[in-house]
Amino acid sequence: MIRNQLLVCAGGACITSGEKSVKDVLVDELKKNGIEDEVQVIETGCMGACDLGPIVVVYPEGTFYQKVTVKNAGLIVNEHLVKGRTVGELLYTEPASEKRARTSGDIPFYTRQVKRVLRNCGAIDPLSIEEYIARDGYFALGKALEMAPDEIIRILLDSGLRGRGGAGFPTGLKWKAAREAAGSPKYVVCNGDEGDPGAFMDRSVLEGDPHSIIEAMAIAGYAIGAEKGYVYVRAEYPLAIERFEYAIGKAREYGFLGRSILGTGFNFDIEIRIGAGAFVCGEETALLRSIEGKRGTPSVKPPFPAQSGLWNKPTLINNVETYANIPQIITNGAEWFRSVGSTKSPGTKVFALAGNVQNTGLVEVPMGTTLRELVFEIGGGIPGGKKFKAAQTGGPSGGVITAEYLDMPIDFDTVKEIGTIMGSGGLIVLDEDSCMVDVAKFYLGFTVDESCGKCTPCREGTRQMYHMMERICDGNGRDGDIERLSKLADVIKDTSLCGLGQSAPNPVLSTIRFYEDEYRAHIYEKKCPSHVCKHLLTYSITPDKCVGCTACARQCPVHAITGEVKKIHVIDQSKCTKCGSCYESCRFGAIRKE
Amino acid sequence: MKSLEELKRIKEQTLKEMDLRQAKERGKVVVAMGTCGIAAGAKDALIAIIDELEKADIHDVKVVQSGCMGLCDKEPTVEVSMKDQPAVMYGDVNDVNARRIVREHVQGGNVVADLVVKRENI
Amino acid sequence: MKMNLEDRLEENPELKKQFDALEAYIGELATLEGSLINVLHRAQEIFGYLPDEVLEFVSGRLNMPRSTVYGVVTFYHFFSRVPKGRHIVSVCLGTACYVRGANAVYEKVMKTLGIKAGETTRDGRFSLDLVRCVGACGLAPVVVIDKDTYGRSTPEKVATLLNKYA
Repeated sequence: MIRNQLLVCAGGACITSGEKSVKDVLVDELKKNGIEDEVQVIETGCMGACDLGPIVVVYPEGTFYQKVTVKNAGLIVNEHLVKGRTVGELLYTEPASEKRARTSGDIPFYTRQVKRVLRNCGAIDPLSIEEYIARDGYFALGKALEMAPDEIIRILLDSGLRGRGGAGFPTGLKWKAAREAAGSPKYVVCNGDEGDPGAFMDRSVLEGDPHSIIEAMAIAGYAIGAEKGYVYVRAEYPLAIERFEYAIGKAREYGFLGRSILGTGFNFDIEIRIGAGAFVCGEETALLRSIEGKRGTPSVKPPFPAQSGLWNKPTLINNVETYANIPQIITNGAEWFRSVGSTKSPGTKVFALAGNVQNTGLVEVPMGTTLRELVFEIGGGIPGGKKFKAAQTGGPSGGVITAEYLDMPIDFDTVKEIGTIMGSGGLIVLDEDSCMVDVAKFYLGFTVDESCGKCTPCREGTRQMYHMMERICDGNGRDGDIERLSKLADVIKDTSLCGLGQSAPNPVLSTIRFYEDEYRAHIYEKKCPSHVCKHLLTYSITPDKCVGCTACARQCPVHAITGEVKKIHVIDQSKCTKCGSCYESCRFGAIRKE
Repeated sequence: MKSLEELKRIKEQTLKEMDLRQAKERGKVVVAMGTCGIAAGAKDALIAIIDELEKADIHDVKVVQSGCMGLCDKEPTVEVSMKDQPAVMYGDVNDVNARRIVREHVQGGNVVADLVVKRENI
Repeated sequence: MKMNLEDRLEENPELKKQFDALEAYIGELATLEGSLINVLHRAQEIFGYLPDEVLEFVSGRLNMPRSTVYGVVTFYHFFSRVPKGRHIVSVCLGTACYVRGANAVYEKVMKTLGIKAGETTRDGRFSLDLVRCVGACGLAPVVVIDKDTYGRSTPEKVATLLNKYA
């Protein structure tokens, strides 16, 4: 007889914080107390609150224990399960009110969210197809198979679902084009090559709710007339690959994949293709080449994949989060889907909240939610009492949303108006200490590395831009650099072959638009206002604060600091490499950085 | 898997196993599982209550454990609070009494008078 | 003169076992069409890296020009043409990690090991890689050593982390 269930979050971040050993302790302690038959331990997909991990939720109470360690995991068994006493020290404490939250329903991070795409993540055991079915899984497939393909596509068009991979193209139109395209066989492809460094919602869905993707792809296969699907997953996500592979096996066993699904005569099967570390493969034409086992170089569109995709056959390609919406739209209808979100961007969006923000993790909110709600209400604000500066969206293809737009509803179209993109949903919060020139340089460095080299504007152009950015950050910026950057950026945007190149200049353009003064300070005053760019810093010792403890002199790797014990020390600027060791080592705040 | 009927069957079956995780609105039964409660047999009471609820196919009543409620000489103690009704505390809840409480109070809606230790003021 | 592969396999049963494993994998594939990247993944798992003779073997088995195989191997970061160390240290320089100071961690690892990304220590103990996001952004900065992921890393923690791996 099972009286309690312990849900242990086995998402990527919780595993990183030691989930496996915590689970082992729980299982051990249950055995020691002889209650292993009464209490079930279930590992789930990501619960979203990544910085609170490892997380353990005790049912039926729903008690939410966070930051559980090997040392205190035993308390959950010995106190809560044996003696019925809630373990206060493991509850989440709301920083503002200092109130302890008993269940996830008491934590603002959760209460503000609308879980659709992530509805099963953290709630079911991803390895159990039965639990997926219990949450209405595969009923949408059953329903779809009783409908005419055109009817399915009609619902998608009516729902207004737009591709969650970045560009926001209407999904229904893609399906319609693939259905109407001549040629056979046709293919269904799932883009799980989540390349934006800072986004991890696709990983969470693949790991936490793999069957939702299998179900959606089967529906897609039926709707467009395909019998074969490919899921392309990054090699950096081994756990996602493992769980997805397992899920495919189960789906075959239960007859949701294979021949004559649910006795209807419809055949469909899915194969996994593992990426090999090339960002450009997130671009759909490049991804298709990679599935074919070739170099992942993009090609000019048109023809679009819907006309000529895998092996030159009509191919439907959607992103993971897009697919995750499909079964629920089929089950609940287009109206239901439109009931949240904004008119032109209905539904929800999952954001990966990271950077300088209190609560990091995955959050799903209605489209049209403001940045203020995301960063301050759900995200809990900026740590260390720092000021919010901007949020970066769209990764290396996007730009920044600044403080003046905190109250702007975020959807596909509004962000475009201010020069960034929604992208896959990475949302990196930057505080007042971030240098926007440095951030732009970081993203540009990323595209330089990842440019596939096929077309010149992207291969050479981004490199030239990067050199200029490097010069600016190193204190060698010249008059006219801002103009040169902008001009080159425009050329690259206009002439690159694929989305990677066309969007590569965005981080620079967006930061020039909002923070031109920072660029000017770097170029004309040789100063980095946020004290980030190393070469533009000067370290010096404030004489009246220095007690002559010699700590800095001992730390300095180039012996640039001189001074006797208990006497004021001095930094020799000609020797200083600006490594910051002295700044870190001084306990009296005597080192000045400017 | 050849039909939707089969799918429904798996759903129903698994939902029972996932029952603990569903929101339960109708009421809750709290079993005091402090050291004294356990020593007096609270665990048997707990198991009996879960078993009886299952037999009666009741899935909207939550069974939770608490620490000592401070009535050591009446242990094991169990508190039943059904929606919109005052909570009732029962004492000396052994296996047999536990089953009676489920049948008469939770199912039947009648307080088991002879086991009552305390009733919330109405 | 270099010995041909067959002779070398006869002399080296270890090597033969590895090639047999790869052969078995290829033999089980439903179709060879589009399987090159999967085969290379498996080959790298078996051999640890992709030396010339493996590429030659793959090109023969999949019946495609060696230039094609070589082209694919060099296109993707994941494939390595040189042997890797016993332990692979990957420092994440994804955005979230970068913003939270991954650069300092990376510099510290480079300094401690005396190698740059893509290189292996002389004693063959560590190889260093840079990765772009492992998807544990909530715990930035992140360092991955073999299959273990370490979150909230700092330059100070680097030495202790590395010492765990002999």
